Amino acid sequence: MSKAVRLKKGLDIKLLGEADQVKVEAKQPTMVALKPSDFHGLIPKVILKEGEKVKRGEVVFYDKYNKDVKFVSPVTGTISEILRGEKRRILEIRISVAATDEAVQVNPVDPSSISREEVKSTMLANGLWPFVKQRPLDKIADPSVTPKSIFISAFDSAPLAPDYDFILHGQDQFFQHGLNALAKLTDGKVNITLNGKGASDECFQNAKNVEINKISGKHPAGNVGTQIHHFDPIDKGEFVFTLNPQDVVTIGKFFAEGQFDASRIVALTGSEVEASARKYYKTIIGARLDTIIDGSLTNDNVRVVSGNALTGKAVEKDGFLGFYDAHITVIPEGNEHKFFLTEGWLAPGFDKYSSHRLFPTWLTPNKKRRLDTNLNGEQRGFVVTGEMEKVLPFDILPMQLIKAIMVNDIDAMEQLGIYEIAPEDFALCEYVCTSKIAIQEKIREGLDVIEEECM
Amino acid sequence: MKALKKVIQNLDPKFEKGGKWEKMYPLYETLSTFLFTPKHVTEQGSHIRDGVDLKRTMFMVVIAMVPALLFGIYNTGHWHYELQSYLNPEQYGAYSDYLTGFGDKVLYGVLQVLPIIIVSYGVGLAIEFVFGFVRGHGLHEGFLVSGMLIPLIMPADVPLWMVGVATAFAVVIGKEVFGGTGMNIVNIALTARAFLFFAYPTAMSGDKVWKSGTSDVIAQNGGVLPDGASGATALGDMASFVGDSPMVAGEALSASMSSADLLQKFEGAYDPLHAIIGMIPGSVGETSVIAILLGAGLLLYTGVASWRIILSFFAGGFAFALLMNLIGANAYMDMPAYYHLIIGGFAFGAVFMATDPVTASQTQYGKLWYGFLGGGLAILIRVLNPAYPEGVMLAILFMNIMAPLIDHYVVQANITRRKKRFKTA
Repeated sequence: MSKAVRLKKGLDIKLLGEADQVKVEAKQPTMVALKPSDFHGLIPKVILKEGEKVKRGEVVFYDKYNKDVKFVSPVTGTISEILRGEKRRILEIRISVAATDEAVQVNPVDPSSISREEVKSTMLANGLWPFVKQRPLDKIADPSVTPKSIFISAFDSAPLAPDYDFILHGQDQFFQHGLNALAKLTDGKVNITLNGKGASDECFQNAKNVEINKISGKHPAGNVGTQIHHFDPIDKGEFVFTLNPQDVVTIGKFFAEGQFDASRIVALTGSEVEASARKYYKTIIGARLDTIIDGSLTNDNVRVVSGNALTGKAVEKDGFLGFYDAHITVIPEGNEHKFFLTEGWLAPGFDKYSSHRLFPTWLTPNKKRRLDTNLNGEQRGFVVTGEMEKVLPFDILPMQLIKAIMVNDIDAMEQLGIYEIAPEDFALCEYVCTSKIAIQEKIREGLDVIEEECM
Repeated sequence: MKALKKVIQNLDPKFEKGGKWEKMYPLYETLSTFLFTPKHVTEQGSHIRDGVDLKRTMFMVVIAMVPALLFGIYNTGHWHYELQSYLNPEQYGAYSDYLTGFGDKVLYGVLQVLPIIIVSYGVGLAIEFVFGFVRGHGLHEGFLVSGMLIPLIMPADVPLWMVGVATAFAVVIGKEVFGGTGMNIVNIALTARAFLFFAYPTAMSGDKVWKSGTSDVIAQNGGVLPDGASGATALGDMASFVGDSPMVAGEALSASMSSADLLQKFEGAYDPLHAIIGMIPGSVGETSVIAILLGAGLLLYTGVASWRIILSFFAGGFAFALLMNLIGANAYMDMPAYYHLIIGGFAFGAVFMATDPVTASQTQYGKLWYGFLGGGLAILIRVLNPAYPEGVMLAILFMNIMAPLIDHYVVQANITRRKKRFKTA
């Protein structure tokens, strides 16, 4: 039964540099990389060596602690380098792209006609399982659990986020196929949450075999965690699977055509990208970003983020697109001292954007701004209270939960709702925090402790 | 500006880990972060951050205290000269009018109050700096606000050495021992005040401390106050109404007078309008409700102070004062409820002390209870215990201790709500 929810809390950060709704083909990347760091908690076991050839859709590595979860190559090519870091930890598996495309082919099958186990094993063996994440913990789903429902958010409310209605337009058929496959994985429903403001694309509205809900409000309305909390909250012992809409299309395409199509439509955004270059680019999972951002940056001192400015990962200018990301944000590095009377804490502050009413900029919240990466202060202990509660539309006490994590009080963590949240849900709390505390990191530490002790 | 920035940029590496002057990093950090927001960029988590920082927040509180400070300076000057007008009527007779002698009164006020501010900030910042140095970080901003609050809650004649000792006690025992800024359990300024109240009560209460220079006048007049002069405050007089020898502004009244008559005398001496404007004796910053409300307006507009605490504090005080009216056992209880809100340190405590986010309740619902009980307790202490004419300090300190308990129940409610949600789901 369809539900609608209106959120009162949250914050929309309006940044400069939204992408125009135009799709272009990016240059074919010559190099892609799979980054195990995209998958929290994963220890990869690589089965190919440097120099070996690989086909599109062929297994490159698997999860050391769960051999069934395979990761496949998004392109045809050769393993060019396995980059290791400290303690021989694998940072990137770089694949140089071949001129001709050769894919692993299996028989297409209608997911509605096969059993749950068969759907699962097909997805596991062919590199589709990593698209499925689970709550709690917000990591790759454990194939041995059965979720009570599956949630897909049809829109992204993060700053400069891509418009999924635009991205998925015309892909109704494969999207529906993907939904049918996912419906098999749960005894409950596949839930799609639409933006209550405005109309959504038909591929979402006309989806079958799903439960459609609506949510309206400021960010984090588009976060799947917020939606789960309001429509089907998670208790200890329960699981919900979550996926991005584009990944559902990839899954659907695999079942329909039998090949792993790693193409992605990615929005290039940010104040440091030339206005003419801010578009939606058709590229591949893990593509090296030079094919997209080369020549499009307005200055050199920038931070390239794979993902959005609140939750994405910083990458080099010739770094690689994250596995789950459909969004690139480029913002200026703020590594300059700011004099206190003109740009710092004593300044009138017409150029400083703040959601607090201590600067005149709060009077113009809808003006698009050019925010840099400066911390704007230093880390302190918790002093100000009540600021995080304003941007967290959950029935959760954020400060008390973070403090419970800091002191490793597992009982308190469980009671205060750690099973319901992921670090990205607290991204806005981290943004507004006067004391500049690394909140998302703390949440991740708390989730790691819970995983180890309680699950 | 660019030259200064270049200097800082060149100096930065010398103080970082491995730099030449690594050990002096806390000193460097203190000075450089005062002048410049550091060039630290985000390393984990969100790449963009809000433009606010703790310095800005603290600074806004200091600005909010300025009206009370300015008025307090003038008020100190006025009551000094008012007393002088009894001793020396030819020279200062006219000064008993509130607005006459503006220049002299301001000058006197500044000379009395400024040293207290200097001692408070000097001692407090020095101690915090030393503790920070030992811990390896620069000076944190917490004392910026407390350093201004302490002078505002002292009687103008307080000996400077007492201010220093009290500040040292408050900063060390009240704050640093627990971990510094953000870790204290009790309000620092009130800890300093309470320390002096219990350690040196004659300098902190009674009727010789509220008008600056009272002890000098007594010495010059052969051991007594001149005829007609008094050093009493509204609260002190009210406290006397409970006992056998009620007094109003130095005039002894009969204990057999009815409550209504006593109150009439009281209101004659302490006109409500005067009390709201602040033209009554008291601690430096606490008298003018208007100046305090100006500060409150700024704090509420900028969102720095919690409206929940301020509103519930006033509401609680008013409610308990009405309760006292209902009981009506003596003249003090019969005092109109709104009077409590405008005399003594009630308004100041509500706006600047109770709202300290570190020591107040930290949940939104908890703040309502915290404020309500705090305001009510202040009235109870005032009315029911004549030994403590001013109850606000003790009430807020008590609620500081109780705040975690209030929060505990709010947290429990959240936990229970979650459990219920899953049972019925």
